[in-house]
Amino acid sequence: MVKEELNFAKSDDFNLTMLPGKFAKAMRTCKIWQLFRFMVINVKMLIVVSKSH
Amino acid sequence: MAKLVIMGGGVAGHTTATFAKKWLGNGHEVVVVTPNSQWNWIPSNIWVGVGQMEKSEVTFPLAPVYEKAGIVYKQALATTIHPEGREGDDTPFIVIKSTEEGANGETEELTYDYLVNATGPKLNFDATPGLGNGQGQMGDKTVSVCTAEHAVHANEELTKVFEKAKAGERQKILVGTGHGTCTCQGAAFEYIFNIEHEAKKAGVRDMLDIKWISNEAFLGDFGMGGLHMKVGGYTVSSKIFAESLYAERDVEWIIGAHTSKVEEGKIEYELLDGTMHEEEFDFAMLIPPFSGVGFKAYAKDGADITDKLFMPNGFMIVDAKYDAGAYENWKASDWPETYQNPSFGNIFAAGIAFAPPHLISKPMTSPNGTAINPTPPRTGMPAGIIGKAVAHSVCDMIKKGDDVELHKASMAEMGAACVASAGKGVLNGTAAAMTVYPVVPDFEKYPGTGRDTKYTFGEIGLAGHWIKHILHHMFIWKAKLKPGWTLIPE
Ligand SMILES: Cc1cc2nc3c(=O)[nH]c(=O)nc-3n(C[C@H](O)[C@H](O)[C@H](O)COP(=O)(O)OP(=O)(O)OC[C@H]3O[C@@H](n4cnc5c(N)ncnc54)[C@H](O)[C@@H]3O)c2cc1C
Repeated sequence: MVKEELNFAKSDDFNLTMLPGKFAKAMRTCKIWQLFRFMVINVKMLIVVSKSH
Repeated sequence: MAKLVIMGGGVAGHTTATFAKKWLGNGHEVVVVTPNSQWNWIPSNIWVGVGQMEKSEVTFPLAPVYEKAGIVYKQALATTIHPEGREGDDTPFIVIKSTEEGANGETEELTYDYLVNATGPKLNFDATPGLGNGQGQMGDKTVSVCTAEHAVHANEELTKVFEKAKAGERQKILVGTGHGTCTCQGAAFEYIFNIEHEAKKAGVRDMLDIKWISNEAFLGDFGMGGLHMKVGGYTVSSKIFAESLYAERDVEWIIGAHTSKVEEGKIEYELLDGTMHEEEFDFAMLIPPFSGVGFKAYAKDGADITDKLFMPNGFMIVDAKYDAGAYENWKASDWPETYQNPSFGNIFAAGIAFAPPHLISKPMTSPNGTAINPTPPRTGMPAGIIGKAVAHSVCDMIKKGDDVELHKASMAEMGAACVASAGKGVLNGTAAAMTVYPVVPDFEKYPGTGRDTKYTFGEIGLAGHWIKHILHHMFIWKAKLKPGWTLIPE
């Protein structure tokens, strides 16, 4: 049984989408990876902000 | 000495007032008319609505801030605009009605040289029978998180639902839009995932059926016709991103829905295919539709000239192309750039108060003729940027004369950052962080998606959550005009 896939069976709508697996979920709370993403997102947001003014 | 009057001290009005005062100095007068004595950082109301923040953490008293800045503060509601002045005196003025304790209801005429309308939305609860109380306020069957007071009440009701769930009573939670023409889906989106997160923390998730209802034609439309982002080497629609998030958290959805009636524990809704349905709930947070606040404007001779300043929906007419016609003809250039009223060059609108030329999402109507489509969002970042551009223009007009080139801030050349965060803990929350550039798609410049996919992205994780925390503190710091406030971008 793959726990992450159980929700596919809960509704027709759910069945037609994509669900994150164990790895994708773990990366969301992996502090080192998220620190890196924090920097990347900040840079991207700052570019969007500077392009908007 | 020129006098700039700003109606509304929210995100846009506060930005206009504080920058205008900084740039104009003491030689000119800046006046803010706004009814609440407390400033509210509205995005964090979500956390108040799930009991993770106190009202006092998202609000602060305005008077000391304006006193420090040298801004004249009138705690009042603006009611009418007289842009031509009166017989025998051309000085334009507005009428304001005090909301201050001790002077409540007293009226005053306030003259101006330049006027900025930044009054945001009227929360039009009464547009849906049962959603309002029939007197312009929220009714007693659902809750809202649109104001800090609403959010406090929402949390009280949510706590009762969690307690019943703990006692073994299954509970139905419904979150979304309370009308077919609502905007602000992002706020409801953030709220539903905060409820889901808190329910897990409280150990009651298994006892809750959590459902989303919205007027979007597809999940992830957000009133912007959706967006495309790069994920894992693909460029994908926000529909896939949003559906995945809902399915993962076991949140069912009803979309393309116009909530037509609210009763005790039940709503009626119409779908885009014209069919009517009912949905029961124990707790419902439904965002009301927005309209303009409903000003009246009068000519010198007392004739009603409201239609020169406002569209029928109450939002202010600015330099937009309002006759663009059918969806196929819509262009990015239809969107306003300077926010100046075409009839009166000394009047501007900023933030939600300006009338958009048309929707951003594709217009949709049910076979019964009911419009079921989101109206365009004007979120915090655009509201702030527009407020600053308007301040710039007015300051230039005051200093260099009325024929200066005005500053521009089109939503078709501006991005927006949005972080929908679930949970408040620094290590256990997650957030969907999204940026979109530009807000209004420009299919001539970016054929295909209408947007620059280098800067339009979304991802879920702790990083976005940290950003949300930082934004909360940064924007309150900025609004309080603490040291370095001008360095913090809108
Ligand atoms: C729950 C919630 C969450 C949100 N989250 C986000 C988010 O995460 N990110 C984001 O970018 N945006 C978010 N938004 C949207 C954001 O709050 C708005 O875009 C922003 O507040 C708009 O600024 P504004 O100045 O146009 O209007 P407002 O901030 O609403 O300000 C309008 C002001 O005018 C005053 N006023 C009203 N009538 C009168 C009158 N007659 N005379 C004088 N003053 C008057 C009001 O009291 C108010 O102070 C959220 C909105 C909500 C409701």
